[in-house]
Amino acid sequence: MTDTFLDVKGLTIDIPVGGGTLHAVRGIDFELKRGEVLCIVGESGSGKSLTSLALMGLLGRRIKVRAERMDFDGTALLDASPRQMRSLRGARMSMIFQEPMTSLNPAYTIGDQLMEAMLLHRDVSRAEARARAVDLLEKVGITAAASRLGQYPHQLSGGLRQRVMIAMALMCGPELIIADEPTTALDVTIQAQILRLLVDLVREMGMAMILITHDLGVVARVADKVAVMYAGELVETGLAADVFRAPMHPYTRGLLRCIPQPGKSRRGEPLGTIRGIVPSLVGEVSGCVFRTRCDEAVAACRGTIPQHWPGDGHAFRCVHASGARIAEQEGA
Amino acid sequence: MLQFILKRLGLAILVALTVSFISFSLLFLAGDPAAALAGETASGEDIEAIRVLYGFDRPMLVQYGEWLWSAVRGNFGESYYFKLPVSSLIAERLSVTMMLGVCGITFALLMAVPLGVLAAMRPNSIIDRIALFLSVAGQALPSFWFGLILIVVFAIQLRWLPVSGAATWAHFVMPTIVLGYYAMPAIMRLTRAGMLEVLSSDYIRTARAKGASELRVMFRHALRNAIIPVVSLAAVQMGFMLGGSIVVESIFALHGAGYLAWESIARNDLPTVQALILIFSMFYIVFNFLADVLNAWLDPRMRSS
Amino acid sequence: MANTTVDPLLEEIIGPTPGQLLRKRVFGHQGLMIGAVVLVLITLVALFAPQLAPHDPYAQSLVARMKPPVFLGGTWEHPLGTDHLGRDYLSRLIYGARVSLMIGAIAAAISGVIGTAMGVAAGYFGGRVDAVVTFLINVRLAMPVVLVALAVVAILGGSLTVVIMVLGFLLWDRFAVVMRASTRQVREREYVAAARAIGASTPRLLLTEIMPNILNNLIVVVTLEMAHAILLEAALSFLGLGVQPPTPSWGLMVSEGKNMMLFEPWLVLIPGAVLFVMVLAINLMGDGLRDVTAPENRN
Repeated sequence: MTDTFLDVKGLTIDIPVGGGTLHAVRGIDFELKRGEVLCIVGESGSGKSLTSLALMGLLGRRIKVRAERMDFDGTALLDASPRQMRSLRGARMSMIFQEPMTSLNPAYTIGDQLMEAMLLHRDVSRAEARARAVDLLEKVGITAAASRLGQYPHQLSGGLRQRVMIAMALMCGPELIIADEPTTALDVTIQAQILRLLVDLVREMGMAMILITHDLGVVARVADKVAVMYAGELVETGLAADVFRAPMHPYTRGLLRCIPQPGKSRRGEPLGTIRGIVPSLVGEVSGCVFRTRCDEAVAACRGTIPQHWPGDGHAFRCVHASGARIAEQEGA
Repeated sequence: MLQFILKRLGLAILVALTVSFISFSLLFLAGDPAAALAGETASGEDIEAIRVLYGFDRPMLVQYGEWLWSAVRGNFGESYYFKLPVSSLIAERLSVTMMLGVCGITFALLMAVPLGVLAAMRPNSIIDRIALFLSVAGQALPSFWFGLILIVVFAIQLRWLPVSGAATWAHFVMPTIVLGYYAMPAIMRLTRAGMLEVLSSDYIRTARAKGASELRVMFRHALRNAIIPVVSLAAVQMGFMLGGSIVVESIFALHGAGYLAWESIARNDLPTVQALILIFSMFYIVFNFLADVLNAWLDPRMRSS
Repeated sequence: MANTTVDPLLEEIIGPTPGQLLRKRVFGHQGLMIGAVVLVLITLVALFAPQLAPHDPYAQSLVARMKPPVFLGGTWEHPLGTDHLGRDYLSRLIYGARVSLMIGAIAAAISGVIGTAMGVAAGYFGGRVDAVVTFLINVRLAMPVVLVALAVVAILGGSLTVVIMVLGFLLWDRFAVVMRASTRQVREREYVAAARAIGASTPRLLLTEIMPNILNNLIVVVTLEMAHAILLEAALSFLGLGVQPPTPSWGLMVSEGKNMMLFEPWLVLIPGAVLFVMVLAINLMGDGLRDVTAPENRN
């Protein structure tokens, strides 16, 4: 199972705002094979969540999504009818959201909400859906699963709710799971636990996953592939091993310097930071968006930025083709 | 939940007692009730006789206690004008008013909720603007004038509906519209606002992510949550509407409790007026209490606490 | 409403000043402008009634009874015709604007003072004061307004003063509810806590910190309650227990025209339409003011 089943090329998302158009995501490409975990990394506002919502077809009508290609197992998602999209959502691709506290409907029981997707998409009886719900609740580590079905969301803690959300996303056995910072809203102590659980389940069931996060520590542990987003552009993408071993883009390197690395960072030595703020994306955007914060910026950064392929599947956009890497190696 | 209900019940009873005292004191607003009752030509002796006969010579609080105790047992005294027990007068008329109230609130809900949902689904669209216009216009429309226009158009010009009376269902059509239209704007606005808020919430996105159809998202996921405050508003409006029936019933000559109130006020028939104020207040208090309970019951967060 | 979606960050950096913005919102709000213009016109008509009215609104003429308006074949002598006593309808309408506006304004002022005092006290002091005020609001809401107003007017005798007083003492509930909620909100803000911390006295706090910040909500309720009072006066007068004849009140005019409605429907249509337009204008203004001053309080 190595065939590419999610193929995105030139994805662009524009949001009309009062003063013009916010070019939130500009021409990003990535692809995913069955069973792979792709981590999309970036700061808040870099367009990670918008990208995932665009894949699910969950952006409002006001927001314009365009792409050269956005295929899910042969289906062009952008040309699909609302009905076709509905038959994919929840069945073959499902999503886990950031906010477990508010992502469950307060008026219905956990059981009702778990069973809903299955009853909508699969020809099963309530009893079968119920059995599947109990089974999955146990899989996500919820004790007394059967008795939880009758409970309402407000009776559950945040961690439990996120476990329920995970179980809910798995109900129909989807081929693709999109998890948008699934642990950010939780206590630090259970973040790792939930994430571990999610990744194990995904691997066990052979699903592909897009994990959106800004935590590089997480990426290092779980990702097959990494896509680094900055201000609506994919600045670097590649196999996780390649990107971590030899980060090419100044932004990626900046990000990696920001996390303490066992054995490398010394006590008392300050962690790296990236100066400045993300530029406004309203109106025309040209050149490298990172140049205002980049230590290696030169005049050419205002022009067209070339893409380089230093290795198999590893790509980045920067005016410095290889010099940047040499500088990094010398410094290390 | 039980504690909540008991607390509300206690408050409702306290409010009811206060209202009863206020409606009783109306009797003394005019000064000497005995003189008022006896009429302008009565002599001092006549007034004294009436004072003793009706018990006006005793302390006010004693009179109030006695009146309340009788009222609780369904005895509101005798009407000055009809010379009949007030309770049987009202009992006879109340069914018409109740009927009108139920029709009115049903009409209002049937108009307002779908309109509010549609408006919230497409904010700033044509349908949203129409809904907003109807609600703004509805609040400014004098109900007595609206009723008269309906009569001119549908009863006199088109001859589709009877002008007045309460004999058949057709007699209730125009009064229902006039009364219901009065409650519609508030319900419509609350439905729209509630739907807008709910539709932007995370769990609606979750429902969409599950592949639920737009209809299912709207009605099963969104409306179920947005309707909770609407239900209690409708109950409160129902209480207001019964009080507002006085105008509607007088236009369409529907001989209900509202019409009786108008007649009694015009005739200075104070025992009847007092009883009607108390009864209309009771309806409001009961509906309000039911709204609170229903609200708590519809919201799982309150039901289980 | 396009101007509400401007990126807040951009506005902060290069945007107009709050005053400019408010002015832009006020003049850009269609409903508010229409309402304000119509209301100003009606107010001017009411103020200059003696100059504008073509006839004495009380002068009866048995030979000129129920003359139709010009658009129904009447003459310019009586542009809107005459009523069943031969009084000029246009003149009565013009003087009727005075009655409606006066009742609306004074009743709203009285109920505004009562309701604001109660609401601010409840919101500011909380605790027992709040419990008592909330209870009083509940009692007031439980009383059927039309019925109680009718009964009291009937007992005390219908006159302009009585109607104004009764409405003023009955319609304070919304003031109390809104002012209580706004005061509670303002009370929790840092600057009030700061003022309290430096030892400002309670009256000073209420006057300098609380009142200015709840004023916009108060103005909105004033307009809405004014409309409410005007409608109620018309209803009372229509039922024959409000303003008494021969005073020209629009509600009374509808009531007087009602008997001739079969043959001369314009007798009912005209005063009701004028009443509708005025109340609509006031409501549009109130809604508009709410949108403009506190967009987050829309519902």
